[in-house]
Amino acid sequence: MVKFNDEQLIEFKRLVSRYPQGKQKSALLPVLHLAQQSFGNWLSAETLDYVAELLEIKPIEVYEVATFYSMYNLKPVGTYMFEVCQTGPCMLRGSDDIIKYIGEKLSIKPGETTTDGLFTLKTVECLGACGYAPMMQMGKHYREHLTKEKVDAIIEDCRKNAAINN
Amino acid sequence: MGVKLLLEKAHVEGIRSYEVYRREGGYRSVEKALKTMSTDAIVEEVKKSGLRGRGGAGFPAGMKWSFIAKPEGVPRHLVCNADESEPGTFKDRYLMENIPHLLIEGLIVSSYALGSHDTYIYIRGEYAWIVDILENAIGEAKANGWLGKNILGTGFDCEIHVQRGAGAYICGEETALIESLEGKRGNPRLKPPFPAIKGLWERPTVVNNVETLASVVPIINLGGEEYAKIGVGRSTGTKLISACGNINKPGVYEIDMTISVEEFIYSDEYCGGIANGKRLKACIPGGSSVPILPANLLLKTAKGETRYMNYESLSDGGFATGSMLGSGGFIVLDEDQCVVKNTYTLARFYRHESCGQCSPCREGTGWMEKLLLRLENGQGKISDIDLLWDIQSKIEGNTICPLGDAAAWPVAAAIRHFRDEFEWHVTHAEEAQKRNFGLAHYADARQLVSA
Repeated sequence: MVKFNDEQLIEFKRLVSRYPQGKQKSALLPVLHLAQQSFGNWLSAETLDYVAELLEIKPIEVYEVATFYSMYNLKPVGTYMFEVCQTGPCMLRGSDDIIKYIGEKLSIKPGETTTDGLFTLKTVECLGACGYAPMMQMGKHYREHLTKEKVDAIIEDCRKNAAINN
Repeated sequence: MGVKLLLEKAHVEGIRSYEVYRREGGYRSVEKALKTMSTDAIVEEVKKSGLRGRGGAGFPAGMKWSFIAKPEGVPRHLVCNADESEPGTFKDRYLMENIPHLLIEGLIVSSYALGSHDTYIYIRGEYAWIVDILENAIGEAKANGWLGKNILGTGFDCEIHVQRGAGAYICGEETALIESLEGKRGNPRLKPPFPAIKGLWERPTVVNNVETLASVVPIINLGGEEYAKIGVGRSTGTKLISACGNINKPGVYEIDMTISVEEFIYSDEYCGGIANGKRLKACIPGGSSVPILPANLLLKTAKGETRYMNYESLSDGGFATGSMLGSGGFIVLDEDQCVVKNTYTLARFYRHESCGQCSPCREGTGWMEKLLLRLENGQGKISDIDLLWDIQSKIEGNTICPLGDAAAWPVAAAIRHFRDEFEWHVTHAEEAQKRNFGLAHYADARQLVSA
């Protein structure tokens, strides 16, 4: 059963406290971020229902938001998610080649996860890093000025970290 | 070197911290505004400054402020739009990352002027690490008495909260942003009522862009009239331009709107010329929504006059031969780039970002993407180009919010100026899969036809 621990509940209360009494629904987006982060980087139906219960709103109000915004993962994703920008300014600097290269290296297509569950490749639309293209988001941070060599190094790092954590 | 008002101190070592920012003269505008000026006087200074909204629309900020309703007993809110999502635009990110206290300072003065005791920064969800930078700056400002209760003993209370979005371009539209801040899908609202009357939680609300609010700091420090002397005509003050694409020095530059487009692209102080010694083919000067211009219409207007980096000059000629300053997202294409492909990626972007409320946008963006992909892949017909034109013309002006226009304009401009490149993709379908159309005649001097 999904449930925030004490620390997560304190953060939940801090988020809700930023809005006037009775307007706790305003905290929905940040609370969904918190839930995603707390429960394995994706939002299951059970998690969405739990968020609805916590915020005292109807489950449908949570579903319609969770399905609208692109950052909420509605199915499990790999430990490391490469979200590579493919919009115009990145395309002009060679993002197509980077996407192709990552796909070939990991033997997956955009939208897929490697069989070991380590990597997900996703194409995304403009992330506001156009001057530092090509780029991708990885967790909380951006990886910019990507080259094949940089991609190699990033994948290598991820594999090392995963081995240490296992 | 042009005048710098926002980024002058951005490179000072440690400027992200409160101590250094304060030592460099930060928070003076809060002292001046809260201790010596009435709220009306601040609005008046912003009006006098001629400051225009820096998010893209360019609406006079002071006038927007003066519209805010003040019904008795109803709280008002200032909301900072940090949703920066227009392709080509990354200036607000640069400002928030490097000199976050400038935004906080502008927010305090603006909150005071508008009577907002709870002010929200709505930041795009992907800028996750910047949330920490802003919350840290807010914490420092509060610890030093610039936020919280009874600021500087004036009786003014103010808190600033940072709200993260979750990936939706449409939330940069102010009413969609408000919906999102209320915990809903980012569906733009019908206007009227405007947010100044009924905004966040049906309360009077002003939504301003990050750069707009940061600009309030120099306006208060210098005075509106002095600020208005910088720049030219109705393009007053300085503007942040985020330059990207095929240039030598992509990055964020502060300009005073008196420099020419040519100087901006080729001088070492700014873009440093086209990368790899190539030639300029085209440019989208104000974020992906504004019309793309071929090199020969970008550097000079249709009348043969030098084009400058400001609101009026970039829009000279209207959409027939001009473009817009927009958000300042300056996207440069070199001679090797394919306009059809570039337009396709933008059409895909708008299809992805359409909220789906209005049929012309929801359906039309998808049709445009498909047609452009077909043309790009060498499977298009000449009639597809006319069909594209027809679709874009039926989206424009027929939607609740400007996303429809934003999706239509890039397609319209690409066909208007690069029709022969589109046709070549049909007539030379096989060849188009192997090479790009190239520079062609797009940089040639235009024939001036006398009236």
